[in-house]
Formats: sequence, C-alpha cells, structure tokens
Amino acid sequence: MTDAAPPGAGLGKDLVGLEGLTGDQIRTILDTAEPFKEISERRIKKVPVLRGKTIVNLFFEPSTRTRISFEFAEKRLSADTVNISATGSSVQKGETLVDTARTLEAMRIDMVVMRHGSSGAARFLADRIPSNVINGGDGQHEHPTQALLDLLTLRDRFGELDGLKVCIVGDILHSRVARSNIWGLLKVGAEVAVCGPRTLIPLGIEELGVSVFGRVEEAIEWSDALYVLRLQLERMKAGFIPSVREYNRVFGVSAERLERAKEALVVLHPGPMNRGVEIDSDVADGPRSVILPQVTNGVAVRMAVLYLLAGGRPDAAEAAKQGET
Amino acid sequence: MPGTTGGREKVMDRDAVEATLRELAGLIADRTEDPADLMVVGIRRRGVELADRIADHLERAGFAPVDTGSLDITLYRDDFEQVGPRPVIGPTELPGEITGRRVVLVDDVLYTGRTVRAALDELADFGRPRRIELCVLVDRGGRELPIQPDYVGRRLEVPPGRQVAVSVPDLDGDLCVCLVDTAEAG
Amino acid sequence: MLDPSRDVDGIGDLLVVDGRIEAAGGTLQGPDGCEMQDASGLVVAPGLVDLHVHFREPGGEHKETIATGARAAAAGGFTTVWTMPNTDPPIDDPAAVGFVRAEGERAGGARVMPIGAASVGLSGERMTEVGEMVAAGAVAVSDDGHPIWNAGLLRRLLEYTQTFGIPVLQHSEVRELAGFGVMNEGKVSTALGLRGQPNAAEAAMVARDIQLAELTGGHLHVCHVSARQTVEQLRLARERGLRVTSEVTPHHLALTETAVRGYRTEAKMNPPLRTEEDREAVRRALVDGVIDVIATDHAPHHYEEKEREFDDAPFGIVGLETALGLAMCELVEPGHLSLAGLVDRMSCSPARIMGIDAGTLRPGSPADIVLFDPGERWTVEPEAFLSRSRNTPFRGRELTGRVHVTLVGGVERYRRRAPDEAA
Repeated sequence: MTDAAPPGAGLGKDLVGLEGLTGDQIRTILDTAEPFKEISERRIKKVPVLRGKTIVNLFFEPSTRTRISFEFAEKRLSADTVNISATGSSVQKGETLVDTARTLEAMRIDMVVMRHGSSGAARFLADRIPSNVINGGDGQHEHPTQALLDLLTLRDRFGELDGLKVCIVGDILHSRVARSNIWGLLKVGAEVAVCGPRTLIPLGIEELGVSVFGRVEEAIEWSDALYVLRLQLERMKAGFIPSVREYNRVFGVSAERLERAKEALVVLHPGPMNRGVEIDSDVADGPRSVILPQVTNGVAVRMAVLYLLAGGRPDAAEAAKQGET
Repeated sequence: MPGTTGGREKVMDRDAVEATLRELAGLIADRTEDPADLMVVGIRRRGVELADRIADHLERAGFAPVDTGSLDITLYRDDFEQVGPRPVIGPTELPGEITGRRVVLVDDVLYTGRTVRAALDELADFGRPRRIELCVLVDRGGRELPIQPDYVGRRLEVPPGRQVAVSVPDLDGDLCVCLVDTAEAG
Repeated sequence: MLDPSRDVDGIGDLLVVDGRIEAAGGTLQGPDGCEMQDASGLVVAPGLVDLHVHFREPGGEHKETIATGARAAAAGGFTTVWTMPNTDPPIDDPAAVGFVRAEGERAGGARVMPIGAASVGLSGERMTEVGEMVAAGAVAVSDDGHPIWNAGLLRRLLEYTQTFGIPVLQHSEVRELAGFGVMNEGKVSTALGLRGQPNAAEAAMVARDIQLAELTGGHLHVCHVSARQTVEQLRLARERGLRVTSEVTPHHLALTETAVRGYRTEAKMNPPLRTEEDREAVRRALVDGVIDVIATDHAPHHYEEKEREFDDAPFGIVGLETALGLAMCELVEPGHLSLAGLVDRMSCSPARIMGIDAGTLRPGSPADIVLFDPGERWTVEPEAFLSRSRNTPFRGRELTGRVHVTLVGGVERYRRRAPDEAA
C-alpha cells in the first residue's frame, strides 16, 4: 500500500488499515490505550483533550457496537459528535461519496469515522479531504480499530504478542476483521493461521504469511488464541456452505472441541455472535472467553486512535517543548 | 548569570535539593492538623518523585503513612493543538477518594502556571477536595495565570535564553537543579 | 519504409494517387504539381488496425462519440477501427449499423467499421439479423462486454456467420466463475478485500468455445486474452489448425494486478489485469504468433464515473493514443519484437486475419499510412488526448514512439503539431 505512515509514534493523517502501519506504530497505539482504560473507570469519564473538535460518524452500513464504541470514545475525549447513517441521508438519494465528502468538509469538521460497504472507501475518502479519516470498516478490506482492540485484549491476557499463535476461524473471504487482524498480528510478531471451509478461505492467503488449517480440531490444538468470526447467514444462500447446521457440526467451536486445547487458550469474537452456529454458548460464556474485555478495550483503543490522530502538527513539537516541563 | 554561554550551570546540588525538600516537608507538616487527611500528589513526570521524597520526609518526621498519588495532565493541556506528535500519556493514580481531603500538589518548576491549571481541572474531575495547596521546588516567575504557590523551595531569576532543568534520580540519575540553554532543553 | 506485408524495410519513396498507393519503394517521380511530403527520420508504415474499440455513441456521448473516437484513433496512428456494438441502444440491427458507418464517414478520422451485436439486445438469447447487418456494413458480430454464454447460440453463430465470411468476436468469461469480480483473484484481491475473477473464468470459456469452433468450422476471435491458461488453449487450437484468432491489449502487456493497489479505478478493467506470470505468457504468445494481434479495447469513461468506490466504478480504459508507444516500450525496446514485428501485430496481422483491405503498402491498396518517429520519447498527458475521456492508468508514464502523421485514403487525418506551434 502507499499509505505507509512515517515511522515512530506518528500515525499520519488517517487510520485506513493496519497493512500500512509498522509494528512500532501499532505498539504505540496499544501503549496509548492503557491510560485511556483508566479514564473509563473514573467517576467523571471525560477528559477535555478533544474539546472543540467535531467528529462525524458516517455509517453507510448499520452497525450498533462499532458506532456506539466510537461515540463513547469521542464523548469521553470531549469531542462534539454527529452521527450520519445511510438511511434517510442524501446518500440514498444518489449522492456520490465524493460529494458527501466535500459537503462534510464544507461544514468544517475535524475527523470522520466511516463505515462503508465498499472495500477501499476509507482510502478514497482519506485521499480527498483534509480531515482525519478513521476506517470503521470498509467492505471486506479492513476494520483496523477492531483488530487493535483484539491485539490489546490478547496483550492484556498474554503480556506479549511476539510468538503468540492465533488462529482465525470462519469466513475469512468476506471478513475485514480477519484481514486487519492478520496484518496487525503479523506486524507485532504473532504467528497467524486461518481455518474454515475452503470456500470461505480466499485464494493467495498463504502469500500474506498465514497458514491454513482444514480442520478446526487441528487449529484448536495449535492455537494460543482462537478468533471465531461471525458466520453471515446469507453465505448459505450464496452457496458457500450447504447449511448452517453442517457448519456448526464441522467448524463450530464447542466446549467439547476445546478439551484438547492448551490450558491458556482464549476465545475471541468480534460480535455479534450467532450462538450455536460458529460458537456455542458454553464457550462464549465460559472461562476462556475474552469477548467482554474486547468490548471494554474497544473504547480505550478508539480513544487512543482519536487522540493520536487529532490536531497536532509535527513541526510544532519543538516549539511545545520550550514551555514548562 | 548574564554573560554565561552554553552548557549547564548547576544551581542546586543533591544535598541542596534534599535539604530543600526536607524544609518543604517541614512547612507542610506545620500546617497539618490531621495527617490522615493529607494527600501528596505529584504532577508527572518529575513532580511524582519529588512528592514521594516529600512524603518520605513527612513519614520520617512522625506522620503515619502519607497517601501519595500522581497526576498526568497531558489530556488537560491547553496547548494540545500545538503539540505533536502526540506526547505519551502516563497513568494518573490517586490513592483513593479525594473529595473532602487536603491535597498538596507537587511539581518541580512553576513557570506560566498552565500545568497547575490543568492539574486543578483534572483533580476537579475526580472529586471535590476540601483544600488544594501547591508546593514547588523552584519558582522561576513568569506567570501567565493567577496561580501562586503555597510552598516554594527556591526562587530563581532565569536569564533570557535559559531555562530551569530539574533532575531526579529515577528519570535522570541525579538529584539537582540546573540552568540550561533553551535550545538544549527538552 | 516498413511494410511487413511485403517484407519491405528500407528507405524509399511512396506515391499516392487518388487515395490509393500507386507505387512504393525506390526513387519515384510523381506527376507534375503533386504534393510532396518529406518523411525523413520517420517510419512510413501501413496504418494501424484496431479490431476492438468502444465509441460510446449512441447513448454515451459524454464519454466518446464516433467522431471523437475516430479522431483519437487517427492520433494514435490507426487508420481502421472496429467498433463494438454495446452502446445504448446496442448496434443490433441494420439501421444502427448504417448509423455508425455514416457517422464514421463524417468523422474525418480513422475508418470506422461497425461490429454488429451477436444477439438481440446483447441479451445472449436470440441471434441478430447477421446478413442484414453485413449488408449495411457490419464486419463482425460480438456481444462484447458480455460473453455469449449460451453455448447453443454461439454454435449457431459460428455456423451462420460462415455464409457471410465474418468472425464471431467473443468476450470469454464464465459468468458463474467471474461472479461480480472487479479484479484478478489472488493475493492482491485478498489483501484489498475486493471480489476477484479467477483465470479459469476466461480459460474455461475459451476451452469451450474452441470446441465449438472445431465443431462448426466457423471463425472464432478471442478478445483481450489475459490469462496464461487461455494461451495454452489457444496454442492447442493453433496446433489443430482451427480458425481461432485472438488479441491482447497493450495494458495486459504493460501492467499487472498490482496496479490496482490503492483502489485505483483507472486500473479497473475486464478482463482484469493479471499476475506477472500471465503478463509474460501473453507477451510470449504474441511474439510466437499464438496471439495474432494487439487490440486496444479502448473503453472511454467519464471522469465522474471513475471517481468513486472501486466496486461501483465501470470497467475499462482508453487506449488508442497510448497503444503504439506502450507497444514500443513493452515489446520493441526490450527486444521481444522487431519494429517490423510490431507493425505486423498492429496492422498487417489484424487486416490479414479479418480479410480486410488494409495493413499493406502494396500498390493498389488504399493509402492508409502512418508516419511515426520510433525513437521519440514523450510523456502521457491525458489532458492532451483527442479522445473525450481521460481514464488511463498511464498518466505521467514516459513512452517511446510517437505518431506524426496519419493518412486515411491518402487524406491527412492527423498531423502532430510541433511544440512551438502548440504554444
């Protein structure tokens, strides 16, 4: 990708995906998220750091958790937020994305969080407006803040991501969560595998540096962490799998299957879950599940990303040092 | 000193700083009626270690364990727009509920007063202390806000182009106060 | 003077009388008062022939008209272009064919030869009035843009067209495999999260179609070959002596799927850009003669239509004005083809396989001639295109080989303005 950010702590203008980041940049985001966890535990869960900033949450696809998580993060940083969803907006009246972008820009906003159904939409927007753009999920491309919160959750649990064995199970083909996790995990030194029906494993995935397990039992034995993806039920209609029942029988993550897992294995899921399809309730609610810590970390990671991208020009760094220590 | 060029000019050595901190602890102790009410909170980064040392002196002077804490004011700065790349944020750790307590804020150098302003704002988000006092090792003047310290270790005249650099053992390997050229400060 | 159709490569004179070549080679004496054209330093070659262009008229005049397209073709050194029928409405009856012919003649650019639709409304269901369209001036039939997916229909077409001696041009794609793919399926599509089309979508259709060509004896022309497996199928057809011809575009010779990175819609085309292995395979096939010709698949689109999400942007790029320069850079400069070989693939060979009176400087032939400087370097500036559209991934690329003059029937249809004139 051409969206490589400068090395070090700076992330550049936008967060489009993890493919364009370095391991150091990812670690900086995770480190920055740590102090933000504490803010959410305070009596007054708010700091004034983004006071006066206007952030637009532009959601072309329905999303409850991602939008709410971003909104919490924005509000806890004292930003002013505006939510725009595709329903009832001018987008449905045929307005192009480039016109939507220009219209927003004309209202003098500072940041945009966008969820969009087309891969590359975040890059498209970022290239056309001076505001910071954060990708809240674009088509089947990337969902970087989801992967960052997953990395933070794994780091909380294991202390170290280097050398960790993580297997992503399910519909890799259509999953932006899988792609962002693959890039993110590889960049911080983890080993990554994928597992699922061959119809849902994209061609060329091995060339990204991941291995492929055909059977979920093998994946479970190998893994330190199992990342279970949501199975979109429409995949059955499209003929990728014969039935949901069979999917659960062959690829479902159940307590029984986890008996052969390592002692410390944890299970992640990006939500919302199809209980009884890709994951059984006794796993989702069981001791190996870190699904709720994922949600908590989501707010902290998004606060960190907003904080790191907002305002601030690198050339002002020196000037700022001249003040009080 | 006017005419001094380049390098660092040490104005307080380890013994001088240590003695000053002991004096500051004494001044705080003089005004303390209920030691359990007191909380000593350092402002990140160098105020934290100074606060710990002041608390040590208080304890050695017979005060029962003194509650200490730390405050990271990064997210409350009023010059956030001008700062970049983003400064690293440290944790804010307060030893408990601050409402109704007497909080002594400790920082290394008092200059414009903006850091203290940020610290006061942050404390207000945690609760409503009965009283907040300010203790600084060095006051170099140059206030831009109506903020004055309650306890001052040393007042320094700082010539143009120079600034005050406080070193603490954990971060800098030494305990001292120097005047340095602004260009090489940081 | 370069005329691969007669193995001519040397310095000489060319005499044109009444739109036809009177004599070629040696020192010639024209009649009194004849116009002299000094072409020293330039290559004089038969005008280029492009079997595959899309001029959007009727229905898409904001992208290209027959007139702008024909003039862009002349600027690219082309003297004959075959226009695909997928306009709106499509060119699927004799009246529509006649319209394209007439507009082409008025355009004052390259000769415009309409390809009629293979099926009514390009729907892939019912055969068009092929004979009537031929009578009105159609030179071939095709549903390009869509495959003729119905094997029964393609069989009938390959049989029926034999009466009229025209080929069936096939856009080879098994739709069930191509799906809604917007680029090549592989590592890059996986990383970008874009739906891919596998090589097999093209090669499987070509394999099927070759069987039908063998069954019927009809002339099958495979458009824009992109996959190495397709090349293997074409090689088999060649070995079996079937009437199967094929083309490759300059962009499939010049680019790979990595050009899509960054979601660059100007690199979105169908068939998609493939891998380096595929690119090498089609290049070798063109050099070996397994692929017969270069055709541009000139596909103009308006700026706004490409300025959008990758999934929603239309397929295709313009190609007429960059074709010669790209072919020089990709084939002649690296030594894969001689200059004569290139002129053959872009002029003589397309004329020969389609049996049209072009692609030669033989006395008696129409005076369709291009004069170009094979060593001149220039930078692609889409704003300077004569085409109405600018959708090219080659913006800013330096090319070698530039057209100076294009004559169609002895009449000058393009002359490059010298830089000082342009100012």
